[in-house]
This record gives sequence, structure tokens and C-alpha cells, in this order.
Amino acid sequence: MIDKNAIIRVFHVHKRYGSKNALIDVTFDVAKNEFLFISGPNGAGKSSLLKLLYLAEGVSEGEILIDGINLSRISRKRIPLLRRKIGVIFQDFKLIPTKTVFENVALVLEVAGNKKHTIQKKVKRLLRAGGMEEKLDSYPAGLSSGEQQRVAFARAVAGDPKIILADEPTGSLDDESAGIILDILKKLHVLGTTVIIATHNKELIHTISARTIYLEKGRLKQDIPRTSKIISL
Amino acid sequence: MLFFVKQAIQDILSNSFLYGVTVITIAFLILIVSAFGLFFLNVDDMICSWKKEVRMMVYLKKDINENQLFDLKRKIKGISGISNATFISRDEALKYLKEQMKRQSSLLDNLEKNPLPDAFEITISQSIANPEKIESIATRVEVFPQVEDVEYGQRWIGRFINIFNLFRLAGFTMSCLFLMATVFIVANTIRLVLYSKREELEIMRIVGASNIFIKAPFYIVGILEGAVGGVIGIAGLFIAFSFISSSMEQTASSCIINIRFFPLSISCGIIFCSIFVAWLGCYFSLRQFLKV
Ligand SMILES: Nc1ncnc2c1ncn2[C@@H]1O[C@H](COP(=O)(O)OP(=O)(O)OP(=O)(O)O)[C@@H](O)[C@H]1O
Ligand SMILES: [Mg+2]
Repeated sequence: MIDKNAIIRVFHVHKRYGSKNALIDVTFDVAKNEFLFISGPNGAGKSSLLKLLYLAEGVSEGEILIDGINLSRISRKRIPLLRRKIGVIFQDFKLIPTKTVFENVALVLEVAGNKKHTIQKKVKRLLRAGGMEEKLDSYPAGLSSGEQQRVAFARAVAGDPKIILADEPTGSLDDESAGIILDILKKLHVLGTTVIIATHNKELIHTISARTIYLEKGRLKQDIPRTSKIISL
Repeated sequence: MLFFVKQAIQDILSNSFLYGVTVITIAFLILIVSAFGLFFLNVDDMICSWKKEVRMMVYLKKDINENQLFDLKRKIKGISGISNATFISRDEALKYLKEQMKRQSSLLDNLEKNPLPDAFEITISQSIANPEKIESIATRVEVFPQVEDVEYGQRWIGRFINIFNLFRLAGFTMSCLFLMATVFIVANTIRLVLYSKREELEIMRIVGASNIFIKAPFYIVGILEGAVGGVIGIAGLFIAFSFISSSMEQTASSCIINIRFFPLSISCGIIFCSIFVAWLGCYFSLRQFLKV
């Protein structure tokens, strides 16, 4: 029903790590400008699914289309271009320890070939919005995990991605900071970004009325549409 | 571009020890390889100058009369390729020898008889002075009945060249091995660095860095390593060369051997070669690493 509008299509996808089945026969579509939760207990396969979507891993079986491009047939040259359309917030932040906060965020704009001037302006604006303007020249090791998460968030949105993939984006934040991040994600969603959040935090899911995909032991167990308020877990 | 250079510098600073060792190793290998090269260059020079030496001494039997001498001279001059033949009588030869020996010439005064034979000094036309031709001339002269012996440098130069070519082959093979070792060493250091930065590179890739973007800083570092190593290697060789040549000038009183260093073009060529080899090392390790 949302075929034409789908920005992400996951079709009978399996992912195996050795003999371990992380994802089993997962199929779903994500519409353009959808706000989607992927939920499920630890080890359900949430991160594995996101890794497939941001091209850190390849599928073992099945197919994934992102923005009309089949990931198993994409040419090597176009991979970076596709990745620039996707902003990722990692569960473990993945900030580069040898680069400062500023450099970490600037990297996204540098790889996309932006001008130095533009980069300066934009990165500073983003970090100021995240309350990190005083830590521009700090290294990630010198930040609290909440601060690291904010930097990771700034980096994810710096390139104005079409799709934001967030793996436990509020995991290390206090309620207030989590609320701020969630507000920003909602704003970006309103502005047209497709947002996908993987989390096992039920409270977070309940704060927003959004479609939720429920994974368990690698299988897609439930696909609860936006309108349905009752989540039967 | 600025980003790559910055990245490369950061990379060098954080791995300065590793890169330092690599540069020194490259320098050392380049020094050895170009030392071979320098040696062969100078021996080649020497051989060249010997080859130009196209004189041949024809020593005559004793008791040859003027008539036979005249005949012989005519026959020798008739051989094609011989441009001149000068008769040197035994008395002249002795006088020349005495002049040469100067102080020790009193030794010769005690001789009762002149032990030297009469001789012809033959000059061979430059244009045909190749070893085979000279040898054929020598054999033709040797068969004349009045000739006792023919002596010329080319005879043993020919043998020397054969042995020397063997040396050259060995040197060339070893140089190739050394250059391969350099490629291997550079590839390995880059691989080590790649390994230590693999998470960072993975992140760069996920935020959309193209392969070129990831590779460029490594190529810059590799090429820099090659250049610095090459320059140090050549400089080291030049210093060693200066020592050796100055000490040779002191010992070898009659400076028969005139040794020289590489001309600038070859020096640059060697440095360029060193850069290329380092680049190749980068290429191999990066290709392997980014295959995924
Ligand atoms: N690189 C890997 N190698 C081997 N097994 C892996 C790998 N990554 C994930 N797995 C396995 O796949 C399964 C799903 O892992 P995944 O990280 O996707 O779970 P998750 O839903 O994100 O869990 P969490 O809530 O703890 O983050 C787990 O059983 C895990 O052990
Ligand atoms: Mg996870």
C-alpha cells in the first residue's frame, strides 16, 4: 500500500553471523517521512537490522532497497553517496578518539566535500544547539557519555540526511536530555526526514505515537501502525 | 586537499616511531642499492676508458735484420683496421724505461745487456675497436714468423668483462630483492597503521567517505616516506663516497682510477624510484585492506 512512497524496503532478509541467526525472514517497508520505532528485547536483532540499513553489513539472504537502490547491486562508487543520505547514531556512539568534538562532527561535511567556511559555521551552530559549544576542542574521552551522545547526534544530523537511523539514541541521557533529543528528532521528522529509532525502552515508545516494529529472536513479531495506541507486549 | 594533508600529518605524529623506523629502513635499502649502482657505474667508466685504449705491443724475436723489419712493418700496416705502426727499438725502450723509473734507474745501469726486445706499437682505428676485431688482428699479427708475442689490454679486459657481467647480474638481482623488501616493509607499516585505525576508518566510511578520501592520507604518508628515505639514502651514500674518494686520492699516487658520483639526474631518478616503491607498498596494503 505504501510501495510508491517507500524509502526503505526490506524483503525476506536473513542475517547470519556464523551459525547464529541474528535476523530471520524480516520483511517491511518504511514510507518517506515515516517515524518508526524498532523495538524488542536485548539480542532481538535491532542493531543488526540497522547495520544492514546503513551498509555496515550485507544481508545473508533477501534484498534491501533504499531510496530506490538495491543494496546488493549497488556499485562501489555509489555506496558513499548513499551513505551520505543516511545519518547514524550508534549505540556505542563511535566517535573518533583522535579527533576533537568539532572535527568529529565536521568529518561528515568534509567527506561530502563542503567548503571550509560552511563547515565551520554549521558545526558550531549544531554543537551550540546541543549545548556543547564549550567542548569544541575536547576529545571524546574527556566527555561524559551523555555529552558523547549529543556529539554523536550532532554528527548524525550534520549532513542533512534523508534518513536518520538511531540505535538507542537516548540510552545514556537523563530524562531532560532525552526529551530534547527526541524533540529534535520529531522536528526533523516534521521537516521531512525519515526517522528510525531502535530501542528497548518502552517509555520512549509510549511518549510518541508512531509505528513500531517489534522484533524477537531475529523475527518480526508485530508491526503496530501509528493509530493503534495499544501495544500488547 | 588541506584535509588530507592535515590527516597525513596527524597520522605521522601519532605513529612517528613506526614511520621513523620505516624511513630509516628505506634509506638503508636505498643506500645499499645505489651503492651497487655507483660501483657498477664507475667500473663501467673504467672499462670504457680501457676499451678506448687501442694500442697493441708486438714484441719481436731477436736478431732480425733491417730487411725483415721493413717487410714486417709493411705487412702489419697492410692489415685492415691498423692505422699506424711505430717501431720502438730495444734501446729506445730501455731509455724510456729509465725515464719512467727515474730514481731507481741506477738499477738498470748495472745491466750488461739490454734485456728488452724490439717492438712495434700498433694503433688500431677507433672506429673498429671492438674486442672481437682486436682479437682477430692480434691473431693475424701473431702468426708472422718474426713476432715473438703480442700484448694488449683488451685480452684480459674481455675476461674481466665476463666476470664483471656476472657480478652485475648478481648486483641487479640483489637490488631487485632489496626494492621488493622495501615495498614489503612499507606495505607492512601501512597495514599496521590501518589496523590500528580500522574503527576510525570504518566510521569514516559509514558517514560517507569515498575510498579516495580514506586512502589519500596514506598515500601522502607513503610517498613522503619514500621521498625522505630516498633523500637520506642518497645523502648517506654521497657522504660515504666523499670519504672513500678522498682517501683513494691520498693513497693512489698516480690517479689512474677517476671515480665519480651519480650525476644529478640519476640521483633524482633514485629518489623517484624510492617514492615509487613506497607508493607501491601503500597500494598493495590499501588494496588488500579496502577490499572488504
Ligand atoms: N558481529 C557479530 N558477530 C556475531 N554475532 C553477532 C554480531 N552482531 C550481533 N550478533 C548477534 O546477533 C544477535 C542480535 O544482536 P543485536 O546487536 O542486533 O541485538 P539488539 O537487538 O541490538 O540487542 P541490544 O538491545 O542489546 O542492543 C545477538 O544474539 C548477537 O549475539
Ligand atoms: Mg543493539
